[in-house]
Amino acid sequence: MDRRGDARFRRNGRDVKYLSEYRDGKIARRLAAEIRRTASRPWVLMEVCGGQTHTIVKQGIDELLDGAVEMIHGPGCPVCVTPLEQIDRALHLASQPNVIFTSFGDMLRVPGSQSDLLQVRARGGDVRIVYSPLDALALAQQHPDREVVFFAVGFETTAPANAMAVFRARQLGLTNFSVLVSHVTVPPAMTAILESPDNRVQGFLAAGHVCTVMGWTEYEPIAARYKAPIVVTGFEPVDILEGMLMAVKQLEEGRCEVENQYVRSVQRDGNRPAQDLVAKVFRLVDRQWRGIGTIPASGLGLREEFAVHDAERKFGAAAITATEPAECRAGDVLRGKLKPHECPAFGTRCTPEHPLGAPMVSSEGACAAYYNYGRFRGVVAQR
Amino acid sequence: MSSHSADAASLAEGPVCPVPVSDAKRVQLGHGSGGKMSATLLRERFLPHFGNPTLDRLGDAAVVDVAAGRLAISTDTFVVSPLEFPGGNIGTLAVHGTLNDLAMMGARPRYLTAGFVLEEGLELDVLDRVLAEMSRTAREAGVAIVTGDTKVVERGKADGLFINTTGVGEVDSAFAPAPERARAGDAILVSGPVGRHGIAIMTVREGLAFEAELESDTANLYPLVSALRGALGDAVHVLRDPTRGGVASALNEIASTARVGIMLEETALPVPGPVAAACEMLGFDPLYVANEGVLVAFVDGAVAAAALAALRAHPLGGEAAIVGRAISNHPGVVAMRTAIGGTRVVDMLPGDQLPRIC
Repeated sequence: MDRRGDARFRRNGRDVKYLSEYRDGKIARRLAAEIRRTASRPWVLMEVCGGQTHTIVKQGIDELLDGAVEMIHGPGCPVCVTPLEQIDRALHLASQPNVIFTSFGDMLRVPGSQSDLLQVRARGGDVRIVYSPLDALALAQQHPDREVVFFAVGFETTAPANAMAVFRARQLGLTNFSVLVSHVTVPPAMTAILESPDNRVQGFLAAGHVCTVMGWTEYEPIAARYKAPIVVTGFEPVDILEGMLMAVKQLEEGRCEVENQYVRSVQRDGNRPAQDLVAKVFRLVDRQWRGIGTIPASGLGLREEFAVHDAERKFGAAAITATEPAECRAGDVLRGKLKPHECPAFGTRCTPEHPLGAPMVSSEGACAAYYNYGRFRGVVAQR
Repeated sequence: MSSHSADAASLAEGPVCPVPVSDAKRVQLGHGSGGKMSATLLRERFLPHFGNPTLDRLGDAAVVDVAAGRLAISTDTFVVSPLEFPGGNIGTLAVHGTLNDLAMMGARPRYLTAGFVLEEGLELDVLDRVLAEMSRTAREAGVAIVTGDTKVVERGKADGLFINTTGVGEVDSAFAPAPERARAGDAILVSGPVGRHGIAIMTVREGLAFEAELESDTANLYPLVSALRGALGDAVHVLRDPTRGGVASALNEIASTARVGIMLEETALPVPGPVAAACEMLGFDPLYVANEGVLVAFVDGAVAAAALAALRAHPLGGEAAIVGRAISNHPGVVAMRTAIGGTRVVDMLPGDQLPRIC
């Protein structure tokens, strides 16, 4: 989910080398060979995070594995799982004359029932891309006569910064700042996948940056209960191959533990101050996942004491509901039951220009990865 | 340069009677009135920068000499925010952009026209700096700005300043690079590091702070074209300057026009550290980021090394690289061998790249 931490530019006047080392072709091919040697049968792993999906498809990692591991692409794309009605609420708020609607760039092309944020902007809505919720907060300070709404989506990765924005808004008494919250959390989604009667996933690559915030203690009972190894994994090709190898070794040896591949970023307990801030501002709520349905206690909502910053309440947007288009099989893709190119609408009635669902337009969406990197044209092998 | 009134809307709103203020620091509607203020603007701002015998005649049209043969003509309109950025301003782009379009046809640029839409309130100092850049870049390229036009629109109706330039160049009959001439076996070169212009603009526009300052790569590419022609002549099959949409879009257009496949090597692509870092952070792909001083060349595979040497011998091409080849497989599709040895398609994007959530 969050790969921003990898972008260190210069340190002590030197280019930091570690990123290129995690993209080293030789190391990658050596790891792939070891996975092929180690796997006695084709194991089925799920990478939770859409960022990992993109690395796998963009770099062609699956081509190196020669069927030793089947990767099922998980639900960890925050844009993709944001429910349609929440998008419709965003479109409604963004159309209000006095509102400055702020969002990460990813959300702008996501289709609502009728429209998307780019179209709302073309019709005169004040929709602005921000790079941090704190930028949205600054807009609220600069425009006391306007209502500034921030679209707070994402997994545990973005929750601390979003919590910080709301917390600061209350400290500063900025009542013209509110957030449209659509936060979700990873463990309930993993449990839902494992509970599913037709589940095929035997092990997980957990999302490194979610775990940077949350640590991995909450995964330990899941690994034990469902006998599924979980490896906390980074986002570069070498990270992913190493994570796969660790998971395959566990499966071969009959172990089911939580292991950490992403040691340069993740500690077992995660980032405690960030967790505390999230707990101060948010509480666990039932949350609808686009294409999947409601998962109990799988989302974050604002606590009562921050209700004044809740855009849904402030603008009465909660009344807006929506039905998802039947043709979009995003739910099956997000649960790993369908590969994107197996969807009948893929590349025909659903393209990045005319998407039926969010996975086709999100930069972390599995459908977008398959489409943009050509996993359907016969140029690249399909697995 | 002729100069006319702002627009019909401003006249329709009632009598407009601009009071000439000699020490005004900003563009006013009166500067587009066709009256004394217009004449002053032309005399004090434009002519000192652009003056040449053809322009100075201030006729209704420029009359110029050309060599016998064929002409290349290209027009482009420039809008950029902010108007000034590290490495240049909108004026630099307005000259280089159009000259480069001529150069990609193998034409030697000779003349430019320039049309300006000025927004009421534009600082005259900014205009001065833009004109100075146009003058400098045109002079360095050996091109005269021979005719032009200004209009002024009300505040809020333009983003400071828009510029249109049209360029005229002389075509060398023995040298005719064109997209349809790409063929399987061609080597594909880029003349320098990619992505600098787009990221430089993005950094200033969005207020992103990176430790390493990045400048736009804006440059006149004709000297590189001239070097390639001198070294390879007709073995240069295609030239293209990958501006909006970046190298990926340019290659897709060529693959589709010439019905060839393209295979790029990710590790061969020169991407400067700061561009790579910014793209990493924003979730952008440098292949889709705009360039203003890089060319893509398809040359006969047999002379790839000579093409590389010719580019590298010029200061603009010091970091030139062979980045891939045209192939007969998958015609119309651009693919890339990734750093780890996988393959992926490099498609056109539906629109702008959007920064990702996380």
